[in-house]
Amino acid sequence: MEQIHWVRHRCRRLASSRSVRGFYSAPSSQHSERSPELHSTQQLSGKRRTVVARHGPRQHEYHSVSKGCQGNSIRTTKYSLLTFIPMNLFQQFHRLANLYFLFLVMLNWVPVVEAFQKEITMIPLVVVLIIIAIKDALEDYRRYRFDRRINNNIATVYSGKYQRYVDQHWKDVCVGDFVRLSFNEIIPADMLLLYSSDPHGVCYIETANLDGETNLKQRQVVRDLPQQGSEFTPENFHSHIECESPNNDLIRFRGYMEHPNKKRVGLHNNNLLLRSCTIRNTETVIGIVVYAGHETKAMMNNSGPRYKRSKLERRLNVDVLWSVVLLVIMCLTGAVGHALWLWNLKDALFQIPDTVSPALAGFYMFWTMIIVLQVLIPISLYVSIEVVKLCQIFFIQNDKDFYDENLDSRIECRALNITEDLGQIQYVFSDKTGTLTENKMVFCRCTIAGVEYPHEENARRLEVYEQEEVEAVDRSHTLKSHTSAKSLSCKSLSCNRSSVSLHTLTGDAEDEEAPSPNVLPHNAFSSPMEKDVVPDPLLLQKLNCLYSPLFLLRDASLELTYIVDFFMALAICNTVVVSSPNQPRYVVKVPEVSPTKLKSLDDIKMLFQRFGLPRFSTLSPAQATESSHSFTRSLFARGKAPSFNLSPTPVDKGTVAGGEPGAQAITSIKPGLNVARGEHGDQGYEEEDDEEDERRQDVNGVEDNVVILNSGALTGLDNSNKAPGSPGEPSEDELIYEAESPDEAALVHAARVYGCTLRGRSVDHLLVELPGMGSLPVRLLHILPFDSTRKRMSVVVRHPLTNQVVVYTKGADSVIMDLAKSAEGADQSDYMQGHIREQTQKHLDSYAREGLRTLCIAKKVLEENEYESWLKHHVFAETSIENREELLLESALKLETNITLLGATGIVDRLQEEVPETIEALQKAGVKVWVLTGDKQETAINIACACKLLRSTDQLLTANCGSKEMCKALIFELRKEVERRELECGEANEGTSGFTLVVDGRTLEFALEDDLKDGFLELSRRCRAVICCRSTPLQKSQVVRLVQDQLRVMTLAIGDGANDVSMIQVADVGIGISGQEGMQAVMSSDFAISRFKHLRKLLLVHGHWCYTRLANMILYFFYKNVMYVNLLFWYQFFCGFSGSVMSNSWVLIFFNLLFTSTPPLIYGILDKDVSAETLMMLPELYISGQNSKAYLPSTFWLTMLDAFYQSLVCFFIPYFAYAGSDADLLSFGSPVNASALFIILIHQVIESHTLTWLHALVLVGSALFYFSFTLVFSVVCVTCSPPTNPLGVDTLQMSQPLFYGVCALTTVLALLPRLLFHALHNSISPSDTLRATLMEQVNPKEYCRRMQNWNQDQSKAKSLVVPVEDSALTVPD
Amino acid sequence: MMASSYNAKEDDGHPSVATGHGGAGTVKNKKPDNTAFKQQRLPAWQPILTAGTVLPAFFVIGLIFIPIGIGLFVTSNNIKEFEIDYTGVDISSPCFNCSQNYIWNSTTPCTCTLPFKLEQPFESNVFMYYGLSNFYQNHRRYVKSRDDSQLNGDQTSLKNPSKECEPYRTSDNRPIAPCGAIANSLFNDTLELFYIDPNGSKNAIPLVKKGIAWWTDKNVKFRNPGGNDNLTVVFKDTSKPVNWRKPVYELDPLDSGNNGFINEDFIVWMRTAALPTFRKLYRIIQKKTNNMTPTLPRGDYILEVTYNYPVRSFEGRKRMILSTISWMGGKNPFLGIAYITVGSVCFFLGIVLLIIHHKYGNRNNSADIPN
Repeated sequence: MEQIHWVRHRCRRLASSRSVRGFYSAPSSQHSERSPELHSTQQLSGKRRTVVARHGPRQHEYHSVSKGCQGNSIRTTKYSLLTFIPMNLFQQFHRLANLYFLFLVMLNWVPVVEAFQKEITMIPLVVVLIIIAIKDALEDYRRYRFDRRINNNIATVYSGKYQRYVDQHWKDVCVGDFVRLSFNEIIPADMLLLYSSDPHGVCYIETANLDGETNLKQRQVVRDLPQQGSEFTPENFHSHIECESPNNDLIRFRGYMEHPNKKRVGLHNNNLLLRSCTIRNTETVIGIVVYAGHETKAMMNNSGPRYKRSKLERRLNVDVLWSVVLLVIMCLTGAVGHALWLWNLKDALFQIPDTVSPALAGFYMFWTMIIVLQVLIPISLYVSIEVVKLCQIFFIQNDKDFYDENLDSRIECRALNITEDLGQIQYVFSDKTGTLTENKMVFCRCTIAGVEYPHEENARRLEVYEQEEVEAVDRSHTLKSHTSAKSLSCKSLSCNRSSVSLHTLTGDAEDEEAPSPNVLPHNAFSSPMEKDVVPDPLLLQKLNCLYSPLFLLRDASLELTYIVDFFMALAICNTVVVSSPNQPRYVVKVPEVSPTKLKSLDDIKMLFQRFGLPRFSTLSPAQATESSHSFTRSLFARGKAPSFNLSPTPVDKGTVAGGEPGAQAITSIKPGLNVARGEHGDQGYEEEDDEEDERRQDVNGVEDNVVILNSGALTGLDNSNKAPGSPGEPSEDELIYEAESPDEAALVHAARVYGCTLRGRSVDHLLVELPGMGSLPVRLLHILPFDSTRKRMSVVVRHPLTNQVVVYTKGADSVIMDLAKSAEGADQSDYMQGHIREQTQKHLDSYAREGLRTLCIAKKVLEENEYESWLKHHVFAETSIENREELLLESALKLETNITLLGATGIVDRLQEEVPETIEALQKAGVKVWVLTGDKQETAINIACACKLLRSTDQLLTANCGSKEMCKALIFELRKEVERRELECGEANEGTSGFTLVVDGRTLEFALEDDLKDGFLELSRRCRAVICCRSTPLQKSQVVRLVQDQLRVMTLAIGDGANDVSMIQVADVGIGISGQEGMQAVMSSDFAISRFKHLRKLLLVHGHWCYTRLANMILYFFYKNVMYVNLLFWYQFFCGFSGSVMSNSWVLIFFNLLFTSTPPLIYGILDKDVSAETLMMLPELYISGQNSKAYLPSTFWLTMLDAFYQSLVCFFIPYFAYAGSDADLLSFGSPVNASALFIILIHQVIESHTLTWLHALVLVGSALFYFSFTLVFSVVCVTCSPPTNPLGVDTLQMSQPLFYGVCALTTVLALLPRLLFHALHNSISPSDTLRATLMEQVNPKEYCRRMQNWNQDQSKAKSLVVPVEDSALTVPD
Repeated sequence: MMASSYNAKEDDGHPSVATGHGGAGTVKNKKPDNTAFKQQRLPAWQPILTAGTVLPAFFVIGLIFIPIGIGLFVTSNNIKEFEIDYTGVDISSPCFNCSQNYIWNSTTPCTCTLPFKLEQPFESNVFMYYGLSNFYQNHRRYVKSRDDSQLNGDQTSLKNPSKECEPYRTSDNRPIAPCGAIANSLFNDTLELFYIDPNGSKNAIPLVKKGIAWWTDKNVKFRNPGGNDNLTVVFKDTSKPVNWRKPVYELDPLDSGNNGFINEDFIVWMRTAALPTFRKLYRIIQKKTNNMTPTLPRGDYILEVTYNYPVRSFEGRKRMILSTISWMGGKNPFLGIAYITVGSVCFFLGIVLLIIHHKYGNRNNSADIPN
């Protein structure tokens, strides 16, 4: 958990911070750099917060201390009943479009410029405001109801009045309250955990409500509480708590608790129960509220939806500005015209006498014209675009091809306004693990102590699984068995839950009871494929030697030590949580061992019995006992080289028949014990002696017993070892591991196969079953969690057998190998180390070539004094409030030195289905695919080959260099090389060469520096694909940003893990894969899909559609507005530029608002230029979107020109038809309006690619609406709409044949050029899209044939210019 | 839906997201419906505009438009129209004097007589128009300057006309009825037509003043203030428009159905013209009851104008127009010619497209080779 949070945290920082450079440098400087930022926020409300118990003994302080703290009631609503109208209006007028409307309305109130009736200009504004206000109100009401429900939840809070816990509403909970929560209850506020019914003082919480992660997290009672152990009594709580002011950092909490005796205890995130998480697996917990209501971390993390501006919208805004320019020009024309006209006019009868000079009148006219021509700015476009995008998202979300049966998930569209960007992607940056691959890690092979164990059986098994999947064998029933086990455990949980007070629980319950095969928990990582590892026979044989003492005679004991240590590390060096279906999770109890040390005689006896007993039957009892456990001790004493030869006590009994090596091993018994004695003091020593005697007796006594015991499976759980507190005997196979990352789970499963089983975990103990030794409690001293700087994690444990402090480290090979190198010396073990390292490196390389993920395992034995000095530092680091992270990092670095390499593992991560096809399609579509991975180079290249990113013809350019100068030279050289090759092929088309650049993290770091990045970019631009391996999350985002900013291209980042978050956030389109690694990527993404293959349809089909639809709709909107507004403009030339209009003002306003608003929407939502099948089959069609073919500046101006032409026709044909006649103002306007409507509607029919009944309905409906509206209006409107009273006008006009004659001629003439243009263009040089559409229209057989032809032609064209591929991809213009 | 999640997801307004984890709550899974609409597979017609598909349309348009154009042209040509300008710009014009000395409130009307000759007889009903040029009746502020409620007979508006009528809203502290610039500038020339018999006698031609306004205007939109048949009483407290010589209730003292606001000349004037050059119906010369003689036989006529309306100051023109009408309205050859032109162009383009279709069409259909 921690490491993911950590990475996420960093990513978030990265995304929010502008100073990228800071994160680039050493980790220590990062922290110092970001702390000022934190402080500044803290200082606003005082840097710290003090909390004392509300009803405790320090009640008198309470009010003064918690004055500034908020209550727990929350209000997420934006408005209240009273403030809704003003607040909402205020919010709405933040939009520029609405301000423009408002400006126009106000302008119309100025008498000298008034163009229309005052009410009429308000209509558009009012309509828009009301629609949005209703939407806001509904949303707010939903939030309000939600708040109310939340606020009225019941929590059990300690009441000072009644001296007991009483039920209270959540909203009444205050800071300083003691809250008691039981199992499955939701935490009402951020609380410090003070008491847990768990004997180890831990409790588990599920944070699904917070971050969607379903795995449980462990929380710990504040250490050193005086009343620990007994039931917590609030009256006795005298301490006060100092902690930081509320902030939104979910993963950090710093503070201390000061007890009355002035003793301070550090508080950290592990003590904090976060609001809206759920308590699991713990009967009762009690906590004190530190943050309530809006100050809780959950609420402070509550951020609004994502807002990104799409490329199309940016383009659109430019054209809106052009419209503004046009508007100003037109208004200026009007103003100047009016002034001149007035100048020449004297004493006209029709002139209203006033004293305004022509110039001033012209100035007024400018504003009047703005009102009259306001529609030119397509304000309604913004609303329409939003509607269209919502509908597009609806369709995307409802696409059944994006439905994943296994996860029961659809695509999630989290960003609402960048659908069309999907159609313009030029670069795809993909994570590897979990994105291209399944992220279902399967242990594949390993190398221990320099010996490789290929696990051939296992590999075969994996193939079988693969085949099964290929044959589409439904895995769901294998899954079902798994999930049923899972739900069983849930049921057992739910049956003893006491208070079902919250809706979440009911939801859960339903889910549990539903026998749904589709519910696969995200974080289980335990499909049978991952679980069942077939052990390698050789390794198994070696391990079995642990049971057979004869083996001790051979010289392999050192290797065996390594092997056991290796599996021990696999089993414990992780954060895996164990549960079993028959029991509530995590209650697998550790045998009752006193939390500190093996003190009592009984304990030690038990311990020895535990690993001593089973082997008796094979040897003579006495010898066997001695040798076996002395041997096991020797195993763990290894690495503590000095003690080898110094064994002070000679072996008394254990002289095993046979050679010296065995004896040597046995000599190390005593040193091991000595260490223990050193700790326990003399008494311990005596005890030990006693104990040994006793044991010998025991051995003799229980011999027959032993035989029975031994008949059990080797790996079986010994009854005598059973923890007293676990009555339900979980059978072997029913342990469930819940891991943070699939690697961990895979390793634990692998270790288990070899008898090294992780059986349970508590806060300071692990229960591990070792081969031949049964279950042993391992005291867990520290976990140094994984982070991406160190690239490793470590656990510090006290070894159960040797009692030494041992550090097990697991991490990336590069790091571990480096650390292991530092051990120098000449003695045997060092020689051994060198050999192991050499061999391991060899194996690692071969693993990587096979595309396996590699991890190195190492260990270190600490001297007691060494440990103690380190511990001091570490405790200091843990308890410090400031700079805790840095100190912890430092402390970890200090510990992880001089480690002994044990071996390495190779984990296979299979490619997701259809990944090669998807990548191929994307490349065909002109999208460059970059893979950014943290894996090592060989692995990355291998995967790239597997997913066809790399083709056999491609030339690989690798860039690995150690210094900046080298990097510079290399980039230069590679560029030369690429250019030379391009020249050779005679094709200089950029990006079409068959080069693939492979860069490692270090080189990338140099390449991303300012002076090299241009060269790097130039190089990578010429490559068909780029693979960045060993890259950090930060580098990933830097690469994306670099490409995006410098090349000005549209980028898409896709990833599944927390390490991809930054890149997802940086890219134009971020896609998260809701896979195995939690929800971080999904939470920060714009779209969340479940498989990589969905990307293909998402981009090629939906992206293409969304883009073309929206682009066409926007163009159409511009056209429509310009066309209509120009009619009014032309009229100005015939009314003395007086701002007069020839239509009824209602019709004028409604023309855009009602009569012609729905058809473009339908057009934008439903238009389909090419069918989905064809788009999928011909990825080349995507290129038109990349090049913004549908909406180029030229298209815009052509459209404008056409609009001008059409408006000219639409105005002047009626003009000439009515010139000199007795037609009045409105009678003239009537045919103009009607023909404009026809032209606009039929124009859309011409532009549409598909027409469904919905189109027909809307188009005909719009026309009918217009006519019925005008007719009805002209009948009923007797005195309304004063200057332009329509009474009788339209009824009269529409009864005259001239009207229709004019309309028909106008419509035909106006649309003629466009029709002709389309016909000619489509006939003479049809676009690819059109040819694809034409292909669809022939019969299916023919269609297939042509499709083949097309693809063949494409490949033919490609093969002509081998190896420069894809040259045929460029669209012929 | 999962509750209690005060996270970003919830706030996005994506219920689907919130249900995405933990438990969908119901047995029903989230598989989208496989309907034609949701999967965007609605049956659709795909119009592909190529030369081949478009050319029939061009031919059809050509074939339809040319006959219509010819029909319109012939119809327009059959309309008889006669126009005479009586502004009196030239010194030679009989009305020159009248146009020169113009006073709005002159009590002695200036008359002028214009002889003209009709070359062709006018059959059926003949419509007599007066035409004004360069008269911007469509000026925005002019158009606004009226009160429809007042004209509709509303008592309160009568007493208190709309502000839009300013500065012709009140005079002498009394509301003007009808108020506003349009009414104020009412055309007030009187036109009379005489037929000069071949024998030299001067016969007045009967001019019908009924039916020149729209039915809806006359009967619905314009109404005298009610309550009293005696218009003098009704308009007692009002003042006449400043340019008018007599108040509104004396517009046609002979016919009570044509007096006050419902005076048809007034109504016609109040319907503001769309363009600065316009004509307005003045009188109708009805067809003779016996069909033997044309309404206006060929011959000499005299137009007697009582010249009241000043247009010289803004270079306006006044005309008298006699015209017959057809189903297409007045004489206007434009539409016919336009139809014929567009039709021909379409036909021609059709031929061009046919050639193109032959040249390129096959290539598109058979060979799919991308160029």
